[in-house]
Amino acid sequence: MPAVVGVGYYGFNTNTPDMSWKEIMYEAAVRAYEDAGIDPRRDVDSFVTCAEDFYEGFAIFDEFVPDQLGAVVKPTCTVCADFLYGLATAYMQIESGLADIAVVEAHSKASDMKTFGEIIRHAMDPIWLKGVTRAHPYYFAALEMSYYMNKYCISEEAIAEVVVKNKGNAILNESAPYGAKLTVESVLNSPFVFYPMRKIEIAERADGAIVFVVARDEIARKITDSPVWIKGIGWWSETSSYDTRSFEALYAYKAGKMAYKMAGIEVPVKEIDIAEIDDRFAFKELQHIVALQLAGKFEVCELMREGYFSRNGSLPVNVSGGNLGVGNLLEATGAQKSLEVVLQLRREAGRRQIDCELGVAQCWRYIPTASGAVAVFGV
Amino acid sequence: MAVGKKEISCPPSAEGTGLSDADISQKNVTYFEDHPNLAYSWTAGQAMSRFLNELKNGKLIATKCEKCRRVIFPPRIYCELCYKPIDDWVYIKDTGVVQTFSISFIDPDAKPLEKPVIVAVITIDGASPNMGIMHIIDEVEPEKVYIGMRVKAVWRPESERKGTITDIKYWKPLEG
Repeated sequence: MPAVVGVGYYGFNTNTPDMSWKEIMYEAAVRAYEDAGIDPRRDVDSFVTCAEDFYEGFAIFDEFVPDQLGAVVKPTCTVCADFLYGLATAYMQIESGLADIAVVEAHSKASDMKTFGEIIRHAMDPIWLKGVTRAHPYYFAALEMSYYMNKYCISEEAIAEVVVKNKGNAILNESAPYGAKLTVESVLNSPFVFYPMRKIEIAERADGAIVFVVARDEIARKITDSPVWIKGIGWWSETSSYDTRSFEALYAYKAGKMAYKMAGIEVPVKEIDIAEIDDRFAFKELQHIVALQLAGKFEVCELMREGYFSRNGSLPVNVSGGNLGVGNLLEATGAQKSLEVVLQLRREAGRRQIDCELGVAQCWRYIPTASGAVAVFGV
Repeated sequence: MAVGKKEISCPPSAEGTGLSDADISQKNVTYFEDHPNLAYSWTAGQAMSRFLNELKNGKLIATKCEKCRRVIFPPRIYCELCYKPIDDWVYIKDTGVVQTFSISFIDPDAKPLEKPVIVAVITIDGASPNMGIMHIIDEVEPEKVYIGMRVKAVWRPESERKGTITDIKYWKPLEG
């Protein structure tokens, strides 16, 4: 099975006024190649980048990638999705024999967007949804939150606990710009922007770039002493019809099942040691924990309150600080999740190191989607 | 050759039957119209910031890789062939050679342009082979442009320069 043999990243920052998106890609790539001990011009067989043109602000993104990755006159392609979809692409290229070493890249230059709300709104069905209102499209997440809280008796306190935990974890992560020491009370006293959602429950955007070097089994063993195996990977979509979705992250449940099956995991809650989960809206962490079978749907609030998912809890979730602490990295969200799991499995997570051998990384494709991907990593 | 030609046609068989303005305005076809406000402000970065700021000075700047010895233009902070950081900045000239050109008669909306635009890729003197920029050529009859023609930048007056690629108004033939 393919393994991650090198990781590199640049960021994460609230803004990056000194570097272009190409230059942050270059910085991340150089670090990843150094980490893997490879020369991209000689050793890499395939380069996969992950980007959405509307986030970049120009069309046909894939044409712009070779130079800064060392991929000139080499096979490259862009997946219009999160990093985890790109990792799945690299996995398939390696397993099919097309490549021995593949590189996967994703980045966020969110600070280049001046009208983020309008750009997200532009992802709505133009005939069916877009014309209904000009309110900021974060209400999409609030609608889902409202349904989810009511159906499963999710308390405001449990959602506030997610904010407190993740922003607290981020304080130990030098790369996380949104760390803060908060209390549940201070979160609950903060203002609503999309009832029942508070502003503090929404991950702020961040810039950064992440590059992974992935290699075939026998090559991975040769070039590194610490390969991190991609044990399982999965992705899944519900429907584009917003009004007929489950509102229960069925996409994460199904993508998780696909990845767990591949990894031979039968009872995730017993086998997974660490989880990095999409928390771009705080309630999403609870919803995704349940969807990934890491807690029962009626017990997740109690477990959150007890500290079960804390850094020193039984099943740490978002030790990195999650999106609430690191920021919304757009299509690099799954990359930051994977990066944290890989660093933890390699025991290179510094002050936030936990004891782990098997980890899961999950991303959602953000509003207004019901799609996402999951990867299981192990040593 | 169609050089200088303004009325452009194609065989009737290729023209098809288009929708008329009336078909749209009278809603004979059902549609939903939207004009999204998508705005961006791209960070120029290390290489392009220097390049754009030098345009304000009326100068073209390139970067140099000591390994392959190329003078790289437009500048970047890495050599994409050697995959290493660049070693130096070097000024290059504002003269060059037409590498390829096209005479464009219509705008992006397929409406005829008042005056045909000569678009060209220009290799800049002082930069390595095939290193240059795409820009426009003027002060010349379209039929007189040729590959290999020597050209020179025509700059906007210093007070009008903004640090954008249009600080060069166009390129004109260099006599002699």
